[in-house]
Amino acid sequence: MTGSPIDKIADKTPMRVARNIKGLSDRTIAWIFVAPTIFLLLAVNIFPLIWTIRLSFTDYRVNRPNRDVEWVGLRNYERILNDPDIWNTMQATAHFLIWTIVLQVLIGFTLAYLINKKFKGNDLWTTIIVFPMMLSPAVVGNFWTFLYQPQIGLFNYVVTFFTGGDPASFSMIGDVHLAPWAIVIADTWMWTPFVMLICLAGLRSIPDSIYEAAECDRASKWRQFWTITIPMALPFLMLAVLFRGIENFKMFDLVVQLTGGGPGNVTTLTSIDLKREAFEKWRTGYSSAYAVILFVTVFGLASIYVKALNKVKER
Amino acid sequence: MSFSVTDPTKGTKWFAGIAVVAYAVITIIPLLWIIATGFKSPTDSIAYPPVVVFEPTLEGYVNLFTDRTRATEQMLEEAGPPETWYDEIARSRGTVISGPSRYGERFLNSVIIGFGSTALCMVLGTMAAYAFSRFKVPLKDDLLFFILSTRMMPPIAVAIPIFLMFRNLGLNDTHLGMILLYTAVNLSLSVWLLKGFIDEIPTEYEEAALIDGYTRFQAFYKVVLPQAATGIASTAIFCLIFAWNEYAFAVLLTSGTAQTAPPFIPNIIGVNGKDWPAVAAGATIFLVPVMVFTVLLRKHLLRGITFGAVRK
Repeated sequence: MTGSPIDKIADKTPMRVARNIKGLSDRTIAWIFVAPTIFLLLAVNIFPLIWTIRLSFTDYRVNRPNRDVEWVGLRNYERILNDPDIWNTMQATAHFLIWTIVLQVLIGFTLAYLINKKFKGNDLWTTIIVFPMMLSPAVVGNFWTFLYQPQIGLFNYVVTFFTGGDPASFSMIGDVHLAPWAIVIADTWMWTPFVMLICLAGLRSIPDSIYEAAECDRASKWRQFWTITIPMALPFLMLAVLFRGIENFKMFDLVVQLTGGGPGNVTTLTSIDLKREAFEKWRTGYSSAYAVILFVTVFGLASIYVKALNKVKER
Repeated sequence: MSFSVTDPTKGTKWFAGIAVVAYAVITIIPLLWIIATGFKSPTDSIAYPPVVVFEPTLEGYVNLFTDRTRATEQMLEEAGPPETWYDEIARSRGTVISGPSRYGERFLNSVIIGFGSTALCMVLGTMAAYAFSRFKVPLKDDLLFFILSTRMMPPIAVAIPIFLMFRNLGLNDTHLGMILLYTAVNLSLSVWLLKGFIDEIPTEYEEAALIDGYTRFQAFYKVVLPQAATGIASTAIFCLIFAWNEYAFAVLLTSGTAQTAPPFIPNIIGVNGKDWPAVAAGATIFLVPVMVFTVLLRKHLLRGITFGAVRK
């Protein structure tokens, strides 16, 4: 396998395209246009995935290429599902996932609701609020460790400014009980704007005429909120939750820079654990099985969720 | 302005405005803090209580772009008077500049890989999106869903075989390897977004062009492409930002020649441990272009982040 498929395509396609370009049918053009994309995705996404599945049944180790590879069947899967450490990791991931989604939906929706009141200059402030989510999570996550420093960090200073006490008395990253919240806070800071933007689109899609009708029927504002605003914005809210759910299940860059999974294992999310198994302990077969389990979980949960989302949309 | 019963009252607007502005100010503080720290001296950067007013210095930027060694007084005397302003800053800390740091290279790698993968992604993405938008492609919905589903995989999960594959092909730690990888990662986004943009262009224009004797191919690049220009530009910026910010693949698959800036910036170490002003300076240079792009993109932001699922 020395780059041959890529070379072959590169050699063949342009000439054939050049020769026949005039008389091509739509169907052929469609295939010529779609083929490179599908090919690249097969090569860089699907082929590796199949390889991962194959490796997951072996005890292969990347750092010992000359050792005989043994076919171990389902033993890797068995070991993972019986490993209590993995369940700790899953718990840490669930804590992170649930709290980031709850906070981001609450804050994001509130902000969108307020921005939708169309006060002067709301465009400018919306753009400012959006900044954090566009930036590199690794670079920003690294800088949050500076904000979280016990003695000199801005975060500790601001918190103790309002609550009193000594800014050196607690460490967001070093404390077993605080670290899970440190990553939730940083992620919420970064991704609330995402939920906000989607909610804003939802709120703006509700036609004024519905509220006018409700006003004629003398429905209270409170009632209008619960019977018009929430149900009509719900599909958008659910879409935001889907995106955040998938993204945070995969979460790696922000948290690995912020806490590195520590202290102990309290912020070791699945991706960080997987990275350790695969690229530090070099248990390639074992970590491949781990990767397959994660992928099946995301894919399964996402499919169920999308079905629910479509039901809500149809209502 | 017409009056409507559903218009928020003046008081509501004021309240909403104040609340949103308060949130915006709080959320922007960490970013301003990064930029400010880049201009602080090491002492100011770790002062307690944190200083807001300080004497700005370019020391962080000098430390970011240079490697320095600690110098004895004798060495300083032998080196003669400082020749440039950055020499002077280094001397004032008892160090001499021994050469440029790696940051420039890493930043350049980010630019090459970012723009390279974006260009490739736009070429492939536009073609595929046009085909999906205009032609009857067999299994169209399945293919589109397949393209989207490639995004659901955690990068670390596919990184193991990609690492092995790249090692066999000699693509590990090369620009080409990273460009191909980021192109594949971004293709789902560009195909979905561009399909949405092309769907919005009425087919009548092309049909007219076809009747006038254009081939399909000519109709595509002479009629459709110019009309999709805004969509293509904003999709390109999204691809660029994703490639620019990517960390997981970069840290696993590159270490030397093709390493981008995100894995490098957190590891900037000064003479006395972590050099926060230099880290902040590196982060500022890296983040500010993205902020500028965000302002340019603001009309299409929502579309981009939802893969075209939500259009305003």
